[in-house]
Amino acid sequence: MTLMLEAPRIVETRPLLDVKGVSKSYGHVQAVRNVSAHAHPGEVIGIVGESGSGKSTLLRMMNLEEIPDEGSYTLDLPDVSGNLFKLDRFARRMLCATKIGIVYQNPHLGLLMKHSSSGNVAERLLVAGERSFATLRQAATDALNASEFPLDRLDAPPIELSGGMQQRVQLAKAIALEPALLLLDEPTTGLDVSVQALVLDTLKRLQQDRQITMVIVSHDLGVIRTLADRVMVMRRGEVVETGLADQIFQDPQHPYTQQLVHAKL
Amino acid sequence: MSLSTLTKPWEAMSYGFLDGSAKRELRRKILKSVAVPGCQMPYASREVPMARGWGTGGLQVSLTLVNPQTRVKVIDQGADDSVNAASIRRFIARVAGTPTTMDTLEADLIQSRHRIPEEILREDQVLVLQVPNPEPLRSVQPNMSIARQMHADADYGRMWLQLYEQIVRSGRVMQGASYPSLVHGRHVMTPSPIPRWDVPKLHMAKHLTILSAGREKRIFAVPPYTRVEPLVFSDVPYKIEEHGALTCTRSGTKGFFMNEIPQDDGSSAFEVSDSEWGVKTIRANDREAETRGETWYKDGEMPQ
Ligand SMILES: Nc1ncnc2c1ncn2[C@@H]1O[C@H](COP(=O)(O)OP(=O)(O)OP(=O)(O)O)[C@@H](O)[C@H]1O
Ligand SMILES: [Mg+2]
Repeated sequence: MTLMLEAPRIVETRPLLDVKGVSKSYGHVQAVRNVSAHAHPGEVIGIVGESGSGKSTLLRMMNLEEIPDEGSYTLDLPDVSGNLFKLDRFARRMLCATKIGIVYQNPHLGLLMKHSSSGNVAERLLVAGERSFATLRQAATDALNASEFPLDRLDAPPIELSGGMQQRVQLAKAIALEPALLLLDEPTTGLDVSVQALVLDTLKRLQQDRQITMVIVSHDLGVIRTLADRVMVMRRGEVVETGLADQIFQDPQHPYTQQLVHAKL
Repeated sequence: MSLSTLTKPWEAMSYGFLDGSAKRELRRKILKSVAVPGCQMPYASREVPMARGWGTGGLQVSLTLVNPQTRVKVIDQGADDSVNAASIRRFIARVAGTPTTMDTLEADLIQSRHRIPEEILREDQVLVLQVPNPEPLRSVQPNMSIARQMHADADYGRMWLQLYEQIVRSGRVMQGASYPSLVHGRHVMTPSPIPRWDVPKLHMAKHLTILSAGREKRIFAVPPYTRVEPLVFSDVPYKIEEHGALTCTRSGTKGFFMNEIPQDDGSSAFEVSDSEWGVKTIRANDREAETRGETWYKDGEMPQ
């Protein structure tokens, strides 16, 4: 028997997001194995790990796009209860549209490339039932503005925009309905360093202004370090280490994390 | 007793061309589509001696519904005398022995392509519309099984997005014919390629409308007294074609849907699209007996 010291209880709130014991396999590939994660309101969770470690799969499950083989998922929000993986297609769609925003690594997954940028953002509100053109237009403009998108390109289709601008459209779409949870899958990968820094700035400002709970996936430790409060390290579908960001970066415990952190430095 | 007393005498074909099982299939699907207004029901579309795309869907419904007393009117783009309308009318009369008419008020069953007559239809009349593309979601979702799920979930955000895009790009809603409309507050349907002018006629109409696509094998209906609301933003009103002030050069009737006839000098003349309405107007002008019924539009406007 080992003696366990109980940590001082600082956090009094219940976690907003609580994922317990999810596993998912595709045929013989076990993409995610018994992963649990939670996030308190306003907290930013970073997920790092090598390619193929199941980060995107986990995020897709948090966005209810993918239903795991096992595990449960709850969000502590008004009018939301029970294991969200058990919801039917209709309830799932409404929940995703109104409470969760997502930015995909590949903008083609998240945007209608040939529609206008403002239309991409407005679609969110349309799904939620908004039927006034003026309101849609205003809300789309506001959201694009908040994600620092150049407003003179409001109606340009994403296919004509640069990668950084496309990510901003995705971001505007994700935050248009003021979601309780924002999921970001490699939001800056593929952008050049200066644009990357700008997008990170935007994210940081959004986080400070709106206190949105975020889960951000990246294999760029710099991104995670800038944004995350807590970090989960994944490898081959499993979480090998979790802890406060500073702790992980300064005193990594797991050999894989040590390798990662040292490779970066 | 001999076998011949138990069977019917030999006939070249079944009454109304379609055989019993084909009609039963159609009747069942018509009943289903009336039960769930605006919802597309798949049906086993049969061969009729006409090419797909020329109104085979509408024809099958008409052939199923007629009996020897049914007075049938057939119009194509508003005209009773176009080749297509005339052949369909003649065909129905020949295989079902029905009386035919051009007068909207006299007709029991009206099969139409692209128009709804200008005179108000009654409870005892049935309108059959020929539909080329029954799926309103096709332009936003080419995958038909996903489109089906979207109907099931009433997931019509993309339809509205399409309107949003049109207003952003062109300053107005560009959708002309086949204006997508919400039926009974639940299913979005395409009202077949009728002009926007005709869509309000379906709203809370007294008559039954059956829409049938023969090639796509889909049937849907607007039962009497059912809401049919064109998809519009709350702050961008639905617009009908600006025909309210046009005058028909042949009959002099004014305030109805017109056909534009280009003239040699580059200008346009207009002729009323509902040809029988034009004929009746000319008769009335010549002081023959007044036979015109009440119309949906009055002075070029649809009363609310
Ligand atoms: N839809 C799918 N069908 C089959 N296999 C899949 C599917 N999605 C993911 N996988 C597999 O699951 C594993 C985890 O994939 P995932 O995309 O979650 O990794 P990742 O950590 O996001 O990687 P990367 O950093 O490269 O984006 C991989 O082996 C992948 O091939
Ligand atoms: Mg990934």
